[in-house]
Amino acid sequence: MNDFWNWDHAAAVFPSLIKGLGVTVLATVIGMVIAAILGLLVAIVRRSGVRAVTWPVGFLVEFIRSTPLLVQLVFANLLFTQFPSLAVGCAVLGIHYATYMSEVYRAGIDAVPKGQWEAAVALDLPRGRTWRDVILPQAIRNTLPGLGNYAISMFKETPFLAFIYVVEMYAAAQAYGGGNFRYMEAITLAGLLFLLVSYPTSLLVRRMENRLA
Amino acid sequence: MSDNLQILVDLLPRLGEGVLVTLELTVGGAVLALLVAFVLGLAGRARTRWARVPSRVVVEFFRGTSLVVQIFWLYYVLPLPPFYVELDPLACGIIALGLNYGAYAAEVVRGSINAVPTGQWEAATALDMGPVHRLRRVILPQAWPLMMPLFTNLLIQLVKGSALATYVSLHDLNFFIGELRKGTTETVFAYTVGLLVYFAIAYALTLVMNALEARAKNNVGQGPSLREILRLTPARVDTAEVRP
Amino acid sequence: MPDTATKPAIQFQGVGKRFGDNVVLDGLDFSVAAGDRVTLIGPSGSGKTTILRLLMTLEEANDGLILVDGVPYTHEMRGGKRVAIPEKRRSLVRRRVGMVFQQFNLFPNMSVLENIIEAPIHVLGVPKAEAIAKAEDLLEKVGLADKRDARCTQLSGGQQQRVAIARALAMEPEILLLDEVTSALDPELVADVLAVLRNIAETTDITMLIVTHEMQFAREVSNRVLMFDGGKIIEEAHPEEIFTSPKHERTQEFLRAVL
Repeated sequence: MNDFWNWDHAAAVFPSLIKGLGVTVLATVIGMVIAAILGLLVAIVRRSGVRAVTWPVGFLVEFIRSTPLLVQLVFANLLFTQFPSLAVGCAVLGIHYATYMSEVYRAGIDAVPKGQWEAAVALDLPRGRTWRDVILPQAIRNTLPGLGNYAISMFKETPFLAFIYVVEMYAAAQAYGGGNFRYMEAITLAGLLFLLVSYPTSLLVRRMENRLA
Repeated sequence: MSDNLQILVDLLPRLGEGVLVTLELTVGGAVLALLVAFVLGLAGRARTRWARVPSRVVVEFFRGTSLVVQIFWLYYVLPLPPFYVELDPLACGIIALGLNYGAYAAEVVRGSINAVPTGQWEAATALDMGPVHRLRRVILPQAWPLMMPLFTNLLIQLVKGSALATYVSLHDLNFFIGELRKGTTETVFAYTVGLLVYFAIAYALTLVMNALEARAKNNVGQGPSLREILRLTPARVDTAEVRP
Repeated sequence: MPDTATKPAIQFQGVGKRFGDNVVLDGLDFSVAAGDRVTLIGPSGSGKTTILRLLMTLEEANDGLILVDGVPYTHEMRGGKRVAIPEKRRSLVRRRVGMVFQQFNLFPNMSVLENIIEAPIHVLGVPKAEAIAKAEDLLEKVGLADKRDARCTQLSGGQQQRVAIARALAMEPEILLLDEVTSALDPELVADVLAVLRNIAETTDITMLIVTHEMQFAREVSNRVLMFDGGKIIEEAHPEEIFTSPKHERTQEFLRAVL
């Protein structure tokens, strides 16, 4: 029985896991802020209709979206050695997820009824104003559940940061396991902590989805 | 630059091995995920709570605990007491990928089955089809095309997730990138080549999945058949198509 | 075997159906003799369609019993308690009941022929060649012999509905339920569907329960009309009688509105 689960080890690893969880949450928040802003810019640029811009941006988005985040992280960390790993990690998370978010925005913008654009034209609103005052406020409402879902998804992908030496929650568990030759409690607890944060959050997002639907 | 290319050419056999391992993980993980998805997805809409609740718990568990944690749990914890199960690293990767993405795909299966119009269920009942017959011959053939685009997304996610395999001692494509970097001492070159190969794999898989999706859609009377898509001359557009 | 000569084909005994607080059927009693063509009329929400859906086991009644040929169908009384009849026994009754839906509900993953032969082969165990021959006869009868191998999505609404009728008839039902079968059709397609149904009424002795807004059709085909309101039958008569001199005030109002 003692072999199976040792509470001493669980207690010993817990503080560093919580500290790691703090880094994990921090990285998720910063990453999501970058993703939300950059994703919107990408979505607007891709709608501009200027081939010379939309084509390369489109390719870049496809490329980033369909290649592994893990490889991108390691690559960026090797390239930008002058920056701290956590900063590089947050930036890569943000850029990777911006490619997802741009699709969420695109769908959100497409979901704004055509009549809204026509009404703006009829009122002779300038294009910039139409975007800022008419389209985006409605589109962003549509995108909130997508934003929430990707935030949860990013949260669960932050352990990739462990491979660029950021001590987030998984790295903390791994370090304890390696140091004490005892992985059971550390890795299991890390997994349960992920579940403990992501499950209630996903319930909240689902409720939001139902309310907006 | 030409030196780099020479090194790349010399390393091509190793690239092939790396791609092979990545593809093994992808195909193995995808097959397991599909199996898990249908078992959990169908159990998730069962009438008895004894099937529904466990299915929900398993799905939420594997979705909620990170893939990284799962793969390393299998790799580090399982060989120790009290389990003493030493998995082959490839099996480790396939099981983790299969369970994680299978849990996501289970939601796709459940949602797509629920999205088949109730009229179809009712018509099958009116013809006195049993539940299995109804599911197999009427509901699943219609739910399948709804699942396909979402399965495509998950498959690309799975390919990306497979890069973790390097850290459970597998010599996959990600591992090869490291080798190429050591060989050329050119980080940008090595990673650009590596990411392009990943992109090519994802692109090829997307093409295959899109073809399967077109076939699935055509099977329920939507869109052209694969043969029509692949034919060089433009397909005859059927203007007689009338919708209720 | 139940004695069909004396037992009614369909019998509702105190059937109640609620959706939440909304009472759709309230202690409903009525019976239909074998070979009867009964049209159910009444304002929407009066429970007409629910009766057909109960007979197809698409809904469960909350109280009362439904009997087919005198045999309990979905529930029975055992030791003074109302208990559900297991699926296996329900199935034996259900396969004698056919239904045509407002939205046709053809299976889009099958051709016209496959739609018709699927259930006879896999539910009734009819040999394939026999099922195909029968299906071809039925397609001839509904005027769509040339559409045998067409995709359902390539057919017009009226054609789809005629295939759906053929599909229901292929099961050789003793009871046929028609649920607003022309309501989803463009006006110019209604006549063909009604002609097919008229032909079935004339050439077979299938018991029919019809929910429709086509009063002329109801008049021609049915031998009994039941007027529903608030989950109850408020008037019952021969079509000539009810359409020319309705007695109940609500029936008069309703007929004035639809005719």
